Amino acid sequence: MNEATQYNLKLERLGYHQFRTMERHPTNYLCKGVSTGTTILAVKFNGGVIIGSDSRASVGGSYVSSKVINKLIQIHDKIFCCIAGSLADAQAVTKMAKFQLSFHSIQMDSPPLVKAAASVLKELCYSNREDLEAGFITAGWDKKRGPQVYTVSMGGMLLSQPFTIGGSGSTYIYGYVDAKYKPDMSREECLQFATNALALAIGRDNVSGGVAHLVVITEGGVEHVVVPGEKLPKFHDE
Amino acid sequence: MAAVSLVRCERGFARDAAPDWMRQELRTGTTIMAVEFDGGVVIGADSRTTTGAYIANRVTDKLTPIHERIFCCRSGSAADTQAISDAVTYQLGFHSIELDEPPLVQTAANLFREMCYRYREELMAGIIVAGWDKRRGGQVYTVPVGGMLTRQPVSVGGSGSSYIYGYVDSNYRAHMSKEECLQFTAQALSLAMERDGSSGGVVRLAVISEHGVERRVVAGNQLPSFSAI
Repeated sequence: MNEATQYNLKLERLGYHQFRTMERHPTNYLCKGVSTGTTILAVKFNGGVIIGSDSRASVGGSYVSSKVINKLIQIHDKIFCCIAGSLADAQAVTKMAKFQLSFHSIQMDSPPLVKAAASVLKELCYSNREDLEAGFITAGWDKKRGPQVYTVSMGGMLLSQPFTIGGSGSTYIYGYVDAKYKPDMSREECLQFATNALALAIGRDNVSGGVAHLVVITEGGVEHVVVPGEKLPKFHDE
Repeated sequence: MAAVSLVRCERGFARDAAPDWMRQELRTGTTIMAVEFDGGVVIGADSRTTTGAYIANRVTDKLTPIHERIFCCRSGSAADTQAISDAVTYQLGFHSIELDEPPLVQTAANLFREMCYRYREELMAGIIVAGWDKRRGGQVYTVPVGGMLTRQPVSVGGSGSSYIYGYVDSNYRAHMSKEECLQFTAQALSLAMERDGSSGGVVRLAVISEHGVERRVVAGNQLPSFSAI
């Protein structure tokens, strides 16, 4: 048992429970960074983006407090985000971001840019970086630049990428997504790619599980796809 | 947490004359892999050994022969794994002479497990034992940190292995040929080396079968590249 895990367990025994449904995964976070018990991803395809996550909320990696929570938060009509880190921090930040974004949208008299949404989250994360512990993946569609994926890390860095993965389960699928991602996929290919990646991560990470929530965002609108556990693709299971 | 307080102390006082990497233990933070195929095994590893942030050896050979047709792939503390493999090599050699026939891969794996389990508190070693013997053909056994022993058709280990579980799960098929296994191993190791800071250098591969051991090296510039970003 490494030092970080021992320390976490000691804290819990002393009564310092961490009240979050997405628990800090007891990995050696000194090396890997704090990540939440989850798998989230967002991928750009030809004409839109797909944002997805698992649906498990766990406490301490030993109790599943919810099998079906939806970690994909709609912060505007065609802009979604999913969270890594403390659920309380994430809820507070997204609530603030939703308000700021709708206000901005009214002022501009047009739907907000995805970059604007990501920027708002970044501002909040960066200015309060000492107190917060939440990172975001923002994805959406706007008229100016079409489909986009942004990641806002825990300290407040903003990065635009063709695809991105996050959460504790993402560690196990870096190799897979690196090998399988191609730019300009079709909607079906991208859906298969995202479902496969989530299924593989769920298969290896014990704090990710349940169903796969996927949201497809295109110019035409938003579509929520749910793939229940038994319909997830099965890979060579020894 | 000792590691965190060490960093905090260093901020306040004058830095030591010796750089950070001279105070760190030598580690084979690594990626290792072994796959069974019909007729033998393919094993592979990266070639980086680090002391902290310094790469002490960029062309390490982590595929260590234990016997004529039995190899082990080492990950974890370089000192620990070298000591364990030396001890097991000796024990296995002696056993083989007593038996007057080549030892079983399972025997080698059990010797590793005995040592890793008995001294689990002191050791930091994750080992994959792979080889060929007449009784059971190609076999892969994994002895991770803690001293468990299990046989698997394909096994990955080391710090870089976390990143390729998904890739290995989705791409492994039973009954692959020798060439397919080599391709599969080289690709998986390249992906891990691209993401893991403690893995890198060249890819060392070896095929162990009835006919002997065939070693290959895939140099850095010949590795498949995957960056789409």
